[in-house]
Amino acid sequence: MLELKQVNKSFGGIRAVSDCSLEIKSYRITGLIGPNGSGKTTLFNLMTGFLPLDHGEIFFKGKRIDGFLPHQIAEFGIVRTFQLARIFPKMTVLENMLLAPPRQIGEKLVSLWLKGKRIREEERKNLKKALTLIEIVGLSHLKNQFAANLSYGQQKLLELVRILMAEPQMILLDEPTAGINPSLIRKMMELILKMRDAGKVFFIIEHNMDVVIELCDWVFVLDNGQKIAEGKPEAIQNDPRVIEAYLGV
Amino acid sequence: MDLFLHLCIMILIYIIFALSLNLELGYTGLFNFGHVAFFGMGAYASALFTLHHVPFELALLISLAIAGGGGFLLSLPSLRLRGDYFGIATLGFGEIIRIIFQNEVWLTKGPMGLPGISKPTLFSYRFTTLPQYFILALVFSILSFFILRMVIRSPFGRVLRAIREDEIATEALGKNVFRFRVKSFVTGSILAGLAGALWGHYTTFISPSDFTLSETILVLLIVVLGGKGTEWGPVLGAILLIFFQESLRFLRLPAEYTRYLAPLQQMIFGTLLILLMIFRPEGILREKGKTKNVGIETGQ
Repeated sequence: MLELKQVNKSFGGIRAVSDCSLEIKSYRITGLIGPNGSGKTTLFNLMTGFLPLDHGEIFFKGKRIDGFLPHQIAEFGIVRTFQLARIFPKMTVLENMLLAPPRQIGEKLVSLWLKGKRIREEERKNLKKALTLIEIVGLSHLKNQFAANLSYGQQKLLELVRILMAEPQMILLDEPTAGINPSLIRKMMELILKMRDAGKVFFIIEHNMDVVIELCDWVFVLDNGQKIAEGKPEAIQNDPRVIEAYLGV
Repeated sequence: MDLFLHLCIMILIYIIFALSLNLELGYTGLFNFGHVAFFGMGAYASALFTLHHVPFELALLISLAIAGGGGFLLSLPSLRLRGDYFGIATLGFGEIIRIIFQNEVWLTKGPMGLPGISKPTLFSYRFTTLPQYFILALVFSILSFFILRMVIRSPFGRVLRAIREDEIATEALGKNVFRFRVKSFVTGSILAGLAGALWGHYTTFISPSDFTLSETILVLLIVVLGGKGTEWGPVLGAILLIFFQESLRFLRLPAEYTRYLAPLQQMIFGTLLILLMIFRPEGILREKGKTKNVGIETGQ
């Protein structure tokens, strides 16, 4: 589904990602782990067009996607979250959700004059979907609140369900459980599993090994910008190279 | 009565001007410090065309197109800049346009200004007297208000606010941030051009010194005081500030003090802006948590 070939990226003299090749075939949830500074987030930024590649190629469903802009890559179906939740603080929870659907008719200035009825229909349809989703994550009572008033954990949940509104084919999550409390982590994991069962494909950066083992069916390990191992999570956990990279022994 | 009508007309014209800036500054988060350029382009274009006997309806449309086109051309390079740099670019553009008005004497008569701009005739109805012009300004400002409200409450307006809140997240959700910004900027420029054209035909005399940075600061102050990013904020701000500004002008002062009036006004505006930033940065009206969407109830 997603393939990276010989991807390179340097910042000044530092090689953040060097000759990294990996291929996500048919796994439903793929993990990406590695010590801090190993290039995980840089890799995400390269895949989503937020950073240009130095060398290498990235393919999504057989189509080359490197060199495209972030909003174009989102249009192709790869949608991401950020390490620190990025919500729209001075917009309500519902507006955060309603923003996400792609190619809305009402986003064109001309259609506001000509297609009022179709815009209303579209809004009603999106609203229904948004209400169902925020019900699932238990934010219904906050739907008309500014997103800034949500707790950090709730903001992360909002960011996750907002992605579903964007009709993605592949979802990239950058540390979905970082900085939130254990009960919310539970909720987050259940949500991801539920979304997986509904047919979504995930690629997740995660530090919490318990989460990785429970969620992922394949894991890539990154160290110093290079892929040092890949495999099933249980196998990865006992791989000496991985232990060395993480513990330095 | 005449004074009151004059005041109302000025307020209505500035409401249009402030609404146009509010779309850019309040909703899209674009710090445009050269907004007066489009006001001036509208004023000059409409004045010049009517002075060359083009009918007012057509002259107005052309001047809106010129202001919008100017906005489009400026936006292509400048909207690629971030935040403060964009502000500086627009500031420079505002000055460039003013200097063009001043130096292209063959076209604009330079610092002498353009006298004798005709009162407008719309569909063979002439708006010459104050009450007539009041109605004209009222119609245009109501029209602008409702058009902008429709734009802001639409999914398009929602994307603009999202860009203001977090441009990276908006981009990551597949919205072409640059394109939305250009559209917002051009729409704002066209409306500023409308305000400028109405103003020119009202005062019947325009000169480059009418379109200086202090005009931009005045309209910025109107938007910020009233409450940027609110539907009624610019209206309220225009009523308060234009009332204040115009009444200062008619203040009866002993002759030896009148020369202090203009600097005094600048001082008061400056102080007001500082106090506002300290005590109520969000303006008199503030954005509410609950916003109405196009034709649907998000009810409880």
